[in-house]
Amino acid sequence: MTALLVALGAAVGAPLRFLVAHHLDRLGAPHPERHWPRGTLLVNLAGSAVLGFCAARSLDGNALALVGTGFCGGLTTYSAFAVQVHDVGRLRGAAYAAVSIVLGVAAAALGFVLGQALGQA
Amino acid sequence: MARSSAVPVTATQLTAVAAGGAVGAVARWGLTDAVPDGAGFPWTTFAINVLGAGLLALLPAIAERRHPLLALVLGPGVLGGFTTFSLYAEQARALVADGSVLLAAAYAVGTLLACLLAVHGATALVRRRNEPDVLS
Repeated sequence: MTALLVALGAAVGAPLRFLVAHHLDRLGAPHPERHWPRGTLLVNLAGSAVLGFCAARSLDGNALALVGTGFCGGLTTYSAFAVQVHDVGRLRGAAYAAVSIVLGVAAAALGFVLGQALGQA
Repeated sequence: MARSSAVPVTATQLTAVAAGGAVGAVARWGLTDAVPDGAGFPWTTFAINVLGAGLLALLPAIAERRHPLLALVLGPGVLGGFTTFSLYAEQARALVADGSVLLAAAYAVGTLLACLLAVHGATALVRRRNEPDVLS
């Protein structure tokens, strides 16, 4: 049951990531090294915020499997992120990595605070 | 801002990524269920992300040229679903909230460096394999 919910969530999150990255990353454009992978950055930040929210709401096992492990896990990616940091060049890669990590943790914190605030309302 | 001139995504491609993503996410869930991260350094998620990053860098050598759809199933699909940025960010946030700021920093930076090392190694391997053999 849990595995099915994880699969279902990821079957929505992963193609959504692919769509956003396909249209915003511009890695197929000429001189991909001059562009930021904006699409991947966007889905990684959005997924981190939603997962932070889920953590604050202390969801039950099934909801967490569907939304947290499945959807957020499928929506976000570390593999593509790492390959992009490697491929866009040393300086740009360092900037892309720093922005992703700092804003990613901040997004998780924002989601967490929102989830807590909603719990007290 | 310039609009994306990328070719439209097909339903087949989306289905391929969805199916692969489901498989990768279930594999990640299975691993974290068998070996939970627990308190402290999240080693299981760390290992998942490093393994996934290294494998993604190997992919061009395996699938890209002959099977573009298989490359989608395995890359953005399986490996994208297997690795996770959201859990990584949430774990770092939770460590900071618990007062373990140094551990959070070590986890955040350590994962990135280990992934880059894996990608670097895999890329070098692919490059060596693709070098034309002058003797043949």
